[in-house]
Amino acid sequence: MGDCKMAKVLVVTSGKGGVGKTTSTAALGAALASAGKNVVLIDFDVGLRNLDLVMGAERRVVYDLINVVQGDAKLSQALIRDKRVPTLSLLPASQTRDKDALTDEGVTTIISELREKFDWVICDSPAGIERGATLAMRHADIAIVVTNPEVSSVRDSDRIIGLLDSKTARAEKGERVDKHLLLTRFDAARAGRGEMLNINDVMEILSIPLLGIIPESSEVLRASNLGSPVTLNNPASAPARAYFEAAKRLNGEALEVTIPGDKKGLLGKLFGRRAA
Amino acid sequence: MNILSFFRRTIPNTNTAPVARERLQILLAHERAVSGKSDLIAILQDEIMAVIARHFPVDEDSITVKMERGEAVSTLEVEVEIPTPMCPSFPLPEKPAVEAIESEDVKPNDKESPNAEVDELEIRRTGTLS
Repeated sequence: MGDCKMAKVLVVTSGKGGVGKTTSTAALGAALASAGKNVVLIDFDVGLRNLDLVMGAERRVVYDLINVVQGDAKLSQALIRDKRVPTLSLLPASQTRDKDALTDEGVTTIISELREKFDWVICDSPAGIERGATLAMRHADIAIVVTNPEVSSVRDSDRIIGLLDSKTARAEKGERVDKHLLLTRFDAARAGRGEMLNINDVMEILSIPLLGIIPESSEVLRASNLGSPVTLNNPASAPARAYFEAAKRLNGEALEVTIPGDKKGLLGKLFGRRAA
Repeated sequence: MNILSFFRRTIPNTNTAPVARERLQILLAHERAVSGKSDLIAILQDEIMAVIARHFPVDEDSITVKMERGEAVSTLEVEVEIPTPMCPSFPLPEKPAVEAIESEDVKPNDKESPNAEVDELEIRRTGTLS
């Protein structure tokens, strides 16, 4: 199992809802696990859990994060091992409990236990800046700020970056959380026509390094319909390739950021450009 | 109506991203200034509190300090609750209650400037103790 010192805690956060946190958590987690890393995904969205559904594990949830925090279940009982990638596990959120059941001490204990067992501990943050979101980022070494090229998402990301710099355990120790921008639902054609904020606009405004650009694609919805991370469901698709590249960058590979496009046949070229 | 304005009206402006970028840049400059200065607000609160406490028996919860940044004018709002004096030894009963400070209506030679000194800001007196 991974060396305790090597384990990395990653928070996938955004402030705004619906920008792709859960999709990105599932896709990046599966990509890292496919590359042989031991990965655990934690859903911090108590009361509105969805990572289990996106991962296709909704019928396998017995115990959840709150059960472990409150000592009703052992961590090993609550972890759900993925059936497709054996090195990928999920710790689901509670659907019925109140979010106040999540305590700082409980989360601290769980994260430090998981650090000893896994290479990557990926925390899927709820939207907003309340307790769930601040607890999800609390122990992060690395943060992925998921942003859509759209004004409200960029503004909320800026706010979240401020919180990462002030409310995390690292910030309180005078250290830095390593922050990365993941631009999702990007449409290169629309940005090219000046209808959508382009990559440089968003990077300039938020001024954090770019981890990847996920193109707008119908593959994302298709994968979530089936309960499979897009990186497992269709690894050759444009968003999956973008996530695989982002995962490699997380592992320290210096790859140039590209915007993968969907390969289209002649018919696709003629009748393409349909809304995703 | 000339031809140009006809086209302007019929063809919607699709090049909206630059507007989005500019609006964000202006907005975030202000929001960062406010949240980045959250420490300043806390320091101000402590210092104003200390000055007021020298003259009035106030407790920590009775003072709130808020700052809002506008494009042209920023306001600093200081609200201090001072208990009504019940005993004759209550100091300076004729002193005004300090309620709001706004940089908008600066009157530099307003007499009897209050004890709390805040740079470039003027304390407007809105009530007196009785």
